[in-house]
Amino acid sequence: MARKLPMYKAIAEAIAQEMERDENVFVMGEDIGAYGGIFGATNGLLEKFGPERVRDTPISESAFIGAALGAASKGMRPIVELMFVDFFGVAMDQIYNHIAKAHYMSGEQVKMPIVITTAIGGGYSDAAQHSQCLYGLFAHVPGLKIVIPSNSYDAKGLMISSIRDDNPVMYFFHKGLMGLGWMPSPEEAAVEVPEEPYTVPIGEAKVVREGDDVTIATVSRMVYEALWAAEELEKDGISAEVIDLRTLVPLDKETLIDSVRKTGRLLVVDEDYMSYGMSGEIIATVVERIGSELKALPRRIAYPDVPVPYSRVLERFVLPDREKIVKTVKDMVG
Amino acid sequence: MGVEEIPKETLLELYGTMHRIRTYEETLAKWYYEGKSPRFDISAGPIPGELHLSSGQESAAVGVCIHLRDEDAVIGTHRAHHFAIAKGVDLKKMTAEIFGRATGLSGGKGGHMHLFDAAKNFSCSGIVGASFPQAVGVGIAAKLKGEDYVAVAVGGDGAANQGTFHEALNLAAVWKLPVVFLIEDNGWAISVPKDKSTAVAKNSERAKAYGIPGVSVDGADVIAVYEVAKEAVERARRGEGPSLIEVRTYRLRGHFEGDPQLYRPKEDFELAKEKDPLDNFRKLLLEKDIATEEELARIEEENERKVQEAIDFALNSPYPEPEEALKGVFAGGD
Ligand SMILES: Cc1ncc(C[n+]2csc(CCOP(=O)(O)OP(=O)(O)O)c2C)c(N)n1
Repeated sequence: MARKLPMYKAIAEAIAQEMERDENVFVMGEDIGAYGGIFGATNGLLEKFGPERVRDTPISESAFIGAALGAASKGMRPIVELMFVDFFGVAMDQIYNHIAKAHYMSGEQVKMPIVITTAIGGGYSDAAQHSQCLYGLFAHVPGLKIVIPSNSYDAKGLMISSIRDDNPVMYFFHKGLMGLGWMPSPEEAAVEVPEEPYTVPIGEAKVVREGDDVTIATVSRMVYEALWAAEELEKDGISAEVIDLRTLVPLDKETLIDSVRKTGRLLVVDEDYMSYGMSGEIIATVVERIGSELKALPRRIAYPDVPVPYSRVLERFVLPDREKIVKTVKDMVG
Repeated sequence: MGVEEIPKETLLELYGTMHRIRTYEETLAKWYYEGKSPRFDISAGPIPGELHLSSGQESAAVGVCIHLRDEDAVIGTHRAHHFAIAKGVDLKKMTAEIFGRATGLSGGKGGHMHLFDAAKNFSCSGIVGASFPQAVGVGIAAKLKGEDYVAVAVGGDGAANQGTFHEALNLAAVWKLPVVFLIEDNGWAISVPKDKSTAVAKNSERAKAYGIPGVSVDGADVIAVYEVAKEAVERARRGEGPSLIEVRTYRLRGHFEGDPQLYRPKEDFELAKEKDPLDNFRKLLLEKDIATEEELARIEEENERKVQEAIDFALNSPYPEPEEALKGVFAGGD
């Protein structure tokens, strides 16, 4: 049976079902117990599984994320929540130098079945230390899988896949997609979700709208900006294909290349910083393979290289959105 | 030393600043909910984003900052309005910043969690535990420049479990730096109670581990805070090294505005009222015949006028030009 669920409930349900299936799965993080996670991703878990398996931590990210490594080395499958991705700095050594690399450095002796969940995204004036996306930063280091769902169906299936994966997975949920009520979220993100457990494979992009003139590749909340832009473009006779990449590592290059081969044009939309990030990587991936087949230079709309400003007018100016997409696509097709 | 030995002028200053802070916070709270009803939407209204207010915790800020000069540094947390006001940060500019206006301290780029006033040597941060090492650096500067200014690093009881706290305490102790570490213990780190996150009953006990003085003081009594802080600041100024102060306070409001506080037992709300430092101090001033009802009322009216002026200033100020978002990443031009 499927019913419409907001993304936060889909994530919590996935975790609960995996905790029931596998006693090695447990959760740690700040305010993930009684509060149910500041963004609801662990809603109801404490009541179901108790404080041994749903552990509220002190504000000690380095300690509890590092502890995930130790627990994983003993066969546990920890899920740890980094409340906002922006707080990564205090725990980065454990993530970047240890969790990401232990499997390789140990000559494949140890596995790291860890899921690090974290909230991303701005648009609600929380300023420079609470609004970033930063998935590009984590995708950059070898050894971390990068999962970024855009709707509740994918969120549940990808969470189950992430927990079952024997590798460390960084699981990024956008605050503005969770369907929390107090944070604006597009209705389209809350879709039908089957009650029973299911998986969405890590490493498969999804064409969420078919089109012929341009491929818009994106993730997370920008999927909706792209879809809204595509609707508008259609009125002008421009047919845009929208790809939800869903995971950055591994990246589904095939779906991406097939699409761009068909449309001949590529626009990448990214809420993460412009330079040295996802947008550059996607463009390079396409250009390296089929650059000579393109009908227009590839373009990107990403967060300009500035910290997220607080004031609404400033933040709106720098956030990628549907108008910017429409304008850029018209430019490319025009 | 008791209240009798403190000059009346100083006592009225302590009361006035505490009352100004309370008036400010409660007024801001009203403005925060503008545009956020009937449905609470964090991105809406004249003050979007998170808002952490300090009502109930004024004594920590006022009791410490009264001993400071402009050149002394205070580094606050995500909940820092009380310290900003006590440190003398311009109320109009601070309010304009919180309202995202061009006339704000940072032209609307920083916002409520990121208030900077270089002239008053005030700053704060949205990252828990960030203040401690930064204060160590101010202490190094004082030493290298042969100046007698001091640095105050503020953190909540939650922040004291962050690695930065322990690293900074050790460093300041080893180098005998003029730093006061101030733990504002309100018993909660969002929904996690201190006794579930902290291995010792009082954070002041942790001073022992670093061989420095550690004192715990009841925040309901601003005079007690005043006295303890006086000693710590003077000690630092004399070049005798760092101290750790824990001020035990209560949060009169939620962790942030909109916090349903379902995790908080009823007794805790009651205790918060009972331990209200402002009420307690007002009573004391009257009981001991230090001030008359009229004198206090005059101070209170003056505060209300100042706060209203600051709000009006903010509301009448323009928003920044959107393009400003792209400027100011680097010193010396981008
Ligand atoms: C490094 C980091 N981790 C987590 C958070 C999220 N967070 C913000 S405030 C807070 C609780 C802080 O508690 P405490 O230090 O006691 O200060 P209080 O809010 O009670 O004043 C948490 C967990 C953060 N901002 N930064």
